[in-house]
Amino acid sequence: MTDQRSQAEIVRQSLKRRYRKERRFRAYGILAIAIALSALVVLFVDIIGKGYTGFTKTTITMEVELDGEMMYLDDATDKKQIKMADFVEPLLQALIKQVPGATEENRDAVRDLLNPYASNELRDMLEQNPEWLGTTQTLTVLAHTDVDVYVKHAGDDAYSIKLSDRQQRWVDQLVEKEVVQTSFNDVFFSSGDSRDPSRAGILGAIVGSLLTMLVTLVLSFPIGVAAAIYLEEFAPQNKLTDFIEVNINNLAAVPSIIFGLLGLAVFINLFGMPRSVPVVGGLVLTLMTLPTIIISSRAAIKSVPPSIREAAEGIGASKMQVVLHHVLPLAMPGMLTGSIIGMAQALGETAPLLLIGMVAFIVDVPDGFFDSATVLPVQVFLWAGSPELAFIERASAAIMVLLAFLVSMNALAIWLRKRLERRW
Amino acid sequence: MQPANLLLLTIVLSMVAYGLGYARSRSLAMPMGGIRHLKSLPFYYGARAALWCGIPALLVLGLWAAFQGKVIQTLIIGSLPQEMLPASEGEASLLLSKISNVASGSLPPGFAEAPIVEAAERLKALREQSRMFMTTLVVSVSVLAGFLGWLRVRPALNARTQVESILKWLFFACAALAILTTIGIIFSVAFETFRFFQKIPFTEFIFGSQWSPQTALRADQVAAQGAFGMIPLFTGTLLISAIAMLVAVPVGLLSAIYLSEYANRKVRGVVKPLLEMLAGIPTVVYGFFAALTVAPFISNFAASLGIDASSQSALAAGGVMGIMIIPFVSSLSDDVINAVPQTLRDGSLALGATQSETMKKVIFPAALPGIMGGVLLAVSRAIGETMIVVMAAGLAANLTANPLETVTTVTVQIVTLLTGDQEFDSAKTLAAFALGAMLFLATLLLNVVALKIVRKYREQYD
Repeated sequence: MTDQRSQAEIVRQSLKRRYRKERRFRAYGILAIAIALSALVVLFVDIIGKGYTGFTKTTITMEVELDGEMMYLDDATDKKQIKMADFVEPLLQALIKQVPGATEENRDAVRDLLNPYASNELRDMLEQNPEWLGTTQTLTVLAHTDVDVYVKHAGDDAYSIKLSDRQQRWVDQLVEKEVVQTSFNDVFFSSGDSRDPSRAGILGAIVGSLLTMLVTLVLSFPIGVAAAIYLEEFAPQNKLTDFIEVNINNLAAVPSIIFGLLGLAVFINLFGMPRSVPVVGGLVLTLMTLPTIIISSRAAIKSVPPSIREAAEGIGASKMQVVLHHVLPLAMPGMLTGSIIGMAQALGETAPLLLIGMVAFIVDVPDGFFDSATVLPVQVFLWAGSPELAFIERASAAIMVLLAFLVSMNALAIWLRKRLERRW
Repeated sequence: MQPANLLLLTIVLSMVAYGLGYARSRSLAMPMGGIRHLKSLPFYYGARAALWCGIPALLVLGLWAAFQGKVIQTLIIGSLPQEMLPASEGEASLLLSKISNVASGSLPPGFAEAPIVEAAERLKALREQSRMFMTTLVVSVSVLAGFLGWLRVRPALNARTQVESILKWLFFACAALAILTTIGIIFSVAFETFRFFQKIPFTEFIFGSQWSPQTALRADQVAAQGAFGMIPLFTGTLLISAIAMLVAVPVGLLSAIYLSEYANRKVRGVVKPLLEMLAGIPTVVYGFFAALTVAPFISNFAASLGIDASSQSALAAGGVMGIMIIPFVSSLSDDVINAVPQTLRDGSLALGATQSETMKKVIFPAALPGIMGGVLLAVSRAIGETMIVVMAAGLAANLTANPLETVTTVTVQIVTLLTGDQEFDSAKTLAAFALGAMLFLATLLLNVVALKIVRKYREQYD
């Protein structure tokens, strides 16, 4: 009797210990999830914190006297004169008037507040409005990158402020007078890459990405679907089919950089295709995403119930008619979902594109499939490697744009799946 | 015409062929008393004509577009005067780019020698000719084949079976592309790797402990001969992958266990997609995060403890890579854990074991092979990962096991050797392909073994 009781006692005591272990184990699980999720949060907060200022630009708005004599220009419609004219001087004079305490003697210090490109902006404006010559206009031009950095990040230790103390005082006063303002950075969305952070934009990279993705989509979706149809519906049970399947499964796990080596050796060195063009990028990404698309398309085909096939065959459809008229339309939502996810992967892919030369510094927005281009993730990579923090800011902003694209693609995939996929 | 326009033209021609074939079959059927006297529906006669028109033309177009560049290059090089013939492949590519620069107008003719200018003219003429030939050939092939296809439309012709068998072959060709890709990969790395081993002995590559691929750019330059021993790269890759696995395996596995055994549906529905988001973030973003946030943080933190840490430490790259791999490990282990039969779980719980005891003593051992397979797949992912290490790990090939020091990896070296200035045929460029071959073999081996384990495990419980 006592023996039994003590046994129960032992069990009860051990229960406490075991429950404690149970709770600890559960806590480990929660901890693991917390670690993973906090990594996600830190990543997002870090990138947004670094990059949100990239969406604003700093400009200088002032009354500019467009004096023909000062600019060596008496006819603004004359292309030749426009080429030779001095567009820095009117801006400089206007700015000197705005800066309290600045005189002709510190013109160099004042000029360093203006963006080197500001004179080109003025030239373009004058070319469009030749009648402005001889009048006074209220104009807005880009500020120098150093001013931009100072206005956005004064007091941030990470950024080195390149303006002198006197220039900093000037800028403070100009900000107070609302001559120097920050506004939405349209330059970032409307221009290509540049050596000057305040003029660097992602339009070129976005267009490059779109062209590359277009090639990838046009090639990989039909080929992937066709391959999936063959393997699911027509392939005989033999060694060749097995070999194809083994190959697809292995290709799905081959590191992406290997596809870059393939592209370099085959498309560029063997076929003599040009470097850094969207077509070659698209071809490489097609080969890379094909396994993903094939695997998801096969799953979609598999999920169509056999009763559909049997019914169609029962009323005399041929095998091909069964597949094309009945199975394929029913499997299409699943295939589209898989393809969108594959395309999202391809959009974020960088490594293989580095090897086929899409890392070149390209200012112009590409205007064709055979034009040198870069893509969004490579642009991020290029800017991230820059020692200038203003470029890091641009890189973070570009990452946000990239993530926005990816999130909307994935949302589209989820919506498609919810909306169109049928449960049998 | 440009290949892209030609492609459109071929498609338009195929559509025309479709219409003509369709119309012909109908008009043939009309006197017989309607299309029910045709062997197939008019659609199939049209489709057959379109396929006849389109496929040969597209084949010609593809082959021409693929090989014209190379052929023109060879012709141009061959037509240069004797004394200008390039001695090596590197010189040839230099010469070619000069010629094409003159031809495109980006290099004024005054800056180049007379033969180059002549060659540029020839290049322009050849390109023009090639384009014309291609247009004529493609258009005539498509028209001719389309016409033949159209001519053979007869009521007794079973167009449907023909169209279906052509389609079936097309589908097969698409599936066989996977084999072609693998062969392409093997050839592209094997060929250059073979040439690399002619310059650098195999044993030196495999067992050498020095890696400094800087060879002399010019023959007369005094520079290091370059050492190509891959051991430091190999250990660097392993070190970073090991750190990544130390992060990813416990976190991924424990969160999979929690989500599959403890969490209710609501929690799972929220947490799982969030975890999967980690997998959807592009690697270049992780690289950015590792290089600009984590690495400085680690080196500052270490400095505050009085430890010397590199600003490109293996720890930063490996840690961030681990975060990237978490969802990979967790979704694979989730599958495996869910595949363990419910009876095992119920049996253990019925004997009075707590949930964690069931997990640790029953389910985990049963799922272990599958989990091992998943971990192997994750390892293969880690050693092939490129962007994070390119951005956050260094270039110095140190042979060290200290996670706070800089190491370099195989993928980093491939990218560094193949971007920027490169010359053909130098051991430096070829080395990248040799490294690629090693990487391919290693990941292939891991994948094959892992897939085998996973499959075997699945069969066990099916």
